[in-house]
Amino acid sequence: MTRVLRKLADTVLPFLTFVAMTAAIFMVFVQVPTDKVQGIVQRIFYFHVPLAMMTFAAFGLVAIASGFFLWRGSRFWDRLAHSSAEVGMLFCTLVLITGPIWARPIWGTWWTWDARLTTTLILWLIYAAYLMLRTMSGTGDQGARYAAVLGIVGAIDIPIINRSVYWWRTIHPAVLITREGGSGLNDPSMRLTFEICMLAFLLLFGWLLWVCNESGRLRDAAEDLRQQVIEHESQR
Amino acid sequence: MWALLRKDLQIEFRTKETLASLLMLGLLTLVILSFAFDPTSELRDEAAPGALWVAVIFAGVLGLNRSFLAERENDCLQGLLLCPVDRGTVYLAKTAGNFLFMMVAQLIIVPIFVFFFNLPATAALGGVFLALLLGVLGFAAVGTLFAAISVRTRAREVMLPLLLLPLVVPIFIGGVKVTARVLAGKPLAEVAQWLNLMGGFDFIFLVVGWLVFEYAVEE
Repeated sequence: MTRVLRKLADTVLPFLTFVAMTAAIFMVFVQVPTDKVQGIVQRIFYFHVPLAMMTFAAFGLVAIASGFFLWRGSRFWDRLAHSSAEVGMLFCTLVLITGPIWARPIWGTWWTWDARLTTTLILWLIYAAYLMLRTMSGTGDQGARYAAVLGIVGAIDIPIINRSVYWWRTIHPAVLITREGGSGLNDPSMRLTFEICMLAFLLLFGWLLWVCNESGRLRDAAEDLRQQVIEHESQR
Repeated sequence: MWALLRKDLQIEFRTKETLASLLMLGLLTLVILSFAFDPTSELRDEAAPGALWVAVIFAGVLGLNRSFLAERENDCLQGLLLCPVDRGTVYLAKTAGNFLFMMVAQLIIVPIFVFFFNLPATAALGGVFLALLLGVLGFAAVGTLFAAISVRTRAREVMLPLLLLPLVVPIFIGGVKVTARVLAGKPLAEVAQWLNLMGGFDFIFLVVGWLVFEYAVEE
């Protein structure tokens, strides 16, 4: 059963991701009409927003898997948390790059200390520290436990930061996707494009997570073998 | 818990190392920042609260780094963990110790801060201390947890601020806001939501730290 699933994930998942991503690129660059108000730069939203949503999903998964790891202590949850953090970090970085590219022509500035932006940046910092902690605290159970502690504490901290930055900076331009009408996605082909992009990035997230998780599993297996060899050598 | 706390206090009373270094670093930060912001200018009211909190955080990180380093250097951590008490209790004792050290340092730093930045307000100091009380408590709560972790990683001096600073952003925002408003002569009622935020932060992270500390110190 698990072998069939593994086979499926190894072959079907990348294929589906490829198809969805090609469709998404075609829709965004060829099919969808250019936004009347914002012009060509609005197209970046079809990548930016799904990336942002997948970032939150990934970091949410880190917190959940960290909790399960501390509770159950199985390597599976630790690997899941680790790979989810890696993929989330990639997506979060892309969000922070695509956002300013859009903001420069529309808001007239690369960066403002707006609530959403500040929270995302701090999210990035927390999980950058998470990945550094993983490399600095060595392999094995101890490093995994430390990372899990940070994964949980970080997840609790994010809503608090979010609240405080909302109180802090109230000049908050409406996020386009929540603004119905106006230059929102009221054109049906825009909505369809957005949905295809969401699907494409969901698949990309799943596939990258799978690849990271597999490489982590192989790393662990190799480490186990190495330990066995050392034990065997020392007994002779 | 009291015995563990008394141990830390006794060590400190005999060497006065942590307090002295906390004080010096806090003062130096204030002096440096007073050059950066020119406290005689109009900017003063804007810059002063930020300067105070940057000093609090710099000195705090230093003190927290020390708090577990001493245990590690002398191999006392093992002994500490062998104590016949819950790990959560060890955490609370350590947090209380760190909180006390930082607060005592603040008692000396704040008057000097008022003096350096030529602040008129003396009536507002109560509000500033209330903010510091809540802020330092939250800082100690998160910091103690991560000091226990970072002390056993490579590059441990760097690791603690990296882990801690992003997490204490709410404390910093709240502290700066309350200090600024209070120094501007506004009543405490106006900053109630910030004080609530800081209090909530303290409570949540004391509970979380108490719960997960055992994973941070286990061998």
